[in-house]
Amino acid sequence: MEKPGHHILSYNSLLGVLVALLSLTALSVWITNFNFGTLSVGVALLVAAIKGATVLTYFMHLKFESRILKLMVGGVFLLFALVIIITFIDYLLR
Amino acid sequence: MAETTIQQHQGEHEAGKLGMWIFLFTELFLFGGLFLVYAVLRATYSADFHRGAEELDAFVGTLNTVILLISSMTVAMSITAIRRKESGKALLLLVTTILLAGLFMVNKYFEWSHKLELKIYPGSPVLENMERGELLFFGLYYMTTGLHALHVLIGMILLTITAAKVRSKQITSESYLLLENGALYWHLVDLIWIFLFPLLYLVT
Repeated sequence: MEKPGHHILSYNSLLGVLVALLSLTALSVWITNFNFGTLSVGVALLVAAIKGATVLTYFMHLKFESRILKLMVGGVFLLFALVIIITFIDYLLR
Repeated sequence: MAETTIQQHQGEHEAGKLGMWIFLFTELFLFGGLFLVYAVLRATYSADFHRGAEELDAFVGTLNTVILLISSMTVAMSITAIRRKESGKALLLLVTTILLAGLFMVNKYFEWSHKLELKIYPGSPVLENMERGELLFFGLYYMTTGLHALHVLIGMILLTITAAKVRSKQITSESYLLLENGALYWHLVDLIWIFLFPLLYLVT
């Protein structure tokens, strides 16, 4: 087992990640042809979240980092989502 | 003795990276506040936001997304290169990243000058005569993309310093914390754009 942070991503796998990200971008542009009504922001955010997670996991190398760093980043993103969602729900239900 | 020095160095590297992540968290919450403003205003003025988003050029937005994604890959590749002791390649990849960042700013320049020609800028009479929601949409557009563009510029400076240190062999396969942190910063710039792009340009 390698030590955390010691994995070197190959050029080919990084290229693969880029292809995946570009495909998701194409998807996010393509789905604007459909009308999801009030859900359209949600759908756009879902695709963006998948892209964001891909960037964090591979480009930012999180997959190969120590458990403590993964927990920290996961925790902060959870907190971030909660702050946004709870404040927004509070606004909507006023 | 040598063993302890290596371990010490490893510890410093990890600590330095952790510090960078903590800084990135603060950046996340800086933009997070603006995302929240977007959510609330969009809920209040959905029709005006719809009209505002249609004024934006989705093609330029998509092009800039592609540019940033490619630049994110090249900067990640430069870490692979430096760790494989290919510093020439690492430098080339870093310079490519900086050039792509420059291209992003050039697009931004044309996008904004077009908006200025249409007299859509904060405080302009054209904007003040628009619906309240549209005024707020463009205010948010300039604020978020402006703050993001500032981050692109800072990223370019940071990566230029990094490239210079790769060139002068101050960054090597043994010691590349600055390159790793510079790359993390650049990925964050990309990450924020991943969310700004659909919210401003695509959702109409």
